[in-house]
Amino acid sequence: MVSQAVIWSIFLLPLASFVLIALVVRPLLNRYSMISGFITIGALGTALGFSIWTLRSVALHHDLTFEPVKWLSVGNATIDMGLLVDPLTAVMLVVVTGVSLLVQIYSLGYMQGDPSFSRYYAYMSLFTASMLGLVLASNIVQLYVFWELVGVSSYLLIGFWHERPAAAAAAKKAFIITRIGDVGFLIAILYLFGRADDFAAIGLNAFHIPDIWQAAQPQAALGAVLGGAALTWLALGIFAGAMGKSGQFPLHAWLPDAMEGPTPVSALIHAATMVAAGVFLVARFFPVFEHSADAMTVVALVGAFTAIFAASMGLVMNDIKRVMAYSTVSQLGYMIAALGLGLYAPAIFHLVTHAAFKALLFLGAGSVNHATGTFDMRYMGGLRRHMPITYILVVVAGLALVGIVPLAGFWSKDEILLGAWNGTGLVDTWVNRVTFSALLAGVIVTAFYTVRMIILTFHGDFRGGIEKELEEKAQAAPAGAAGHGGVHLHESPFVMVLPMALLGIAAVTLGYLANPQWDEQLGIPKHWITGFLADGLGAARGLGGHSETLDFSFGMAVVSTVAALSGIGLAIGIYLKRRDQRAEPLEKLGSVYTLLSNKYYIDTLYEDVAVRKWFFRVIAGTLDWIDRNLVDGTVDLIGWFFRNIGTAIGRFQTGQVQAYATGIAFGVLAIILALLLA
Amino acid sequence: MSFEAFLIVSAVLFCIGLYGALARRNVLAVLMSIELMFNAVNVSLVAMSKYLTPAALQDDISTVLTGQVFAVFIITVAAAEIALGLGIVFAMYRTNESVDLTEATLMRH
Repeated sequence: MVSQAVIWSIFLLPLASFVLIALVVRPLLNRYSMISGFITIGALGTALGFSIWTLRSVALHHDLTFEPVKWLSVGNATIDMGLLVDPLTAVMLVVVTGVSLLVQIYSLGYMQGDPSFSRYYAYMSLFTASMLGLVLASNIVQLYVFWELVGVSSYLLIGFWHERPAAAAAAKKAFIITRIGDVGFLIAILYLFGRADDFAAIGLNAFHIPDIWQAAQPQAALGAVLGGAALTWLALGIFAGAMGKSGQFPLHAWLPDAMEGPTPVSALIHAATMVAAGVFLVARFFPVFEHSADAMTVVALVGAFTAIFAASMGLVMNDIKRVMAYSTVSQLGYMIAALGLGLYAPAIFHLVTHAAFKALLFLGAGSVNHATGTFDMRYMGGLRRHMPITYILVVVAGLALVGIVPLAGFWSKDEILLGAWNGTGLVDTWVNRVTFSALLAGVIVTAFYTVRMIILTFHGDFRGGIEKELEEKAQAAPAGAAGHGGVHLHESPFVMVLPMALLGIAAVTLGYLANPQWDEQLGIPKHWITGFLADGLGAARGLGGHSETLDFSFGMAVVSTVAALSGIGLAIGIYLKRRDQRAEPLEKLGSVYTLLSNKYYIDTLYEDVAVRKWFFRVIAGTLDWIDRNLVDGTVDLIGWFFRNIGTAIGRFQTGQVQAYATGIAFGVLAIILALLLA
Repeated sequence: MSFEAFLIVSAVLFCIGLYGALARRNVLAVLMSIELMFNAVNVSLVAMSKYLTPAALQDDISTVLTGQVFAVFIITVAAAEIALGLGIVFAMYRTNESVDLTEATLMRH
């Protein structure tokens, strides 16, 4: 059985790595910056071992409860810091440390020669520590602290090449848009703070997450503290935070821009872990959400809409990372929609498999960039012959994303589709129908853009890479691309291929964690991961025993496979044998293509209308006027008054002793008269 | 003579002194006027001591002479003050070549 110290050290090891790199290696040993890479990898390797140990302990014993440490108390509200280790946490720990470790190894190759190599690893360690702290937090305030810390790390890493204006702008955009959602989360926390007395009255702590679960249970003997509209608004507040982090419509606009960061950062933060924090947050508070049908409906519809909406934009992007970014938003939509329908375990299972294959896709994009120097697929092509290993791994990851049997994505996406079709009774039937249709349509679109991306990148003839791009666009080389500039078509070095291969193995095999078919195979019982997670949810609700899991359905598998194959077939038909390789066949769609490639004009709406017109002119203009006239006016008036009264009083100071004495004499006389008359 | 007569003399003396202190330009005249004010106070102190001490306390010599003792103190202090004041007047005369108070406005700054 795993001890508390081991679990704390999962979080503390990357943190120590951050401190060591930031305070020792970077200032003192910057010439040997390779050390920071090894420090990070060592810390994360140990953390991964500890995480697997924790997962094993949780799987065997289930009930790992630890006494929290008191942090501070205000009135009846006590804020603790502690560990909440349930199946969800255990699975997330392994995902975060695992993907992070592989990405750090990959970065040794990808970031080699970067002048800020140590800074990169310091940020990456800080991010991983924050993410692990977020996953482990047992207190909503503690969770919020780490929630903001991952936001900060994301900001720092998106803007890693901050000398590029686009990167700096993207970092700001990401920070500000996620902050809009975080306001909702903060309001939810403040609401709990306001209700702290009610919680304390029945012996609960308003910030302790298991206590919040308990307070939302309607059948609780204590009487539900949270209920009705208040519970719905609380859930929606939390969901607002999740929407920001997980890039759900309408707060999705930052995620595609976040691709300005280094590619391994995109793989770790903007594909596998941080953007999944929103899904994690909703799952963490699932015992609260499930008691509000309205909140669940909102969650399901937002997720379903985002799934199809983001996927459609992925169809026309020319930047390979942007295709994947929209794909990530879309897949997060699948998870959120699944949670909204009550499919807790399938959503988390999809999170796990998605982390593996999407991280692999991003690392593949980085590998391609390493060879061609560009991310623009119009200047790629034919790379299959030069980088066969990358090609095979990207195809595997792509097919896993599309959901082709027997790869990981198939099993998890199938569980979601099946659950959406069957329904869980938590939301109205029409919500189930709408969500299912959107998700199934999303499968076709996903298949199309994935295959389009693979064909544009790896098939046909090579179209010149970064040199051609710069020649055509007649612009200077972007500063951050230093080290990646220049075309040298070859397979990436071993340190980059190895993590990709390991993720490739995960993308193939992870699906069998669900083991839908056999009673007991390779030590994994039937429906292991979904059952494991569902049991954790049952324990959170205060129920013991084993929860039900979805049985594999051949019908649904056939439907989703046909959908995926139709998308693949369409993409192959359009792209593989096209005559002019430089033309974009989708341009024939005319106005639809324009709409999609302008991202539905949502960025325009946000930047021109919301920010420039509304925010700058109306709000900032009004505030500016108030500042200039009311605030400055008051201050100036006070200054004017005292300057003039000073001048007036100064006249009395003549230096004539007798004048002063006269004043004193008549002053005393006046006081005496006043005393006599009073 | 009545108590009021003493007080009237004291008040008249004080007012003459005050007028002199406030209106005369010559520093020496001002110092003399201040002396007048001191002595006005002395007159009233002694008169009050004589007329206002309650009969029951008149047996005790220390209470009877309170006003007189104050008056002696004031005379002493006044002498010291005049010595100091004259010193300042000399210093002023050396720098200003004048004993006109209205010209002594250096303290304004």
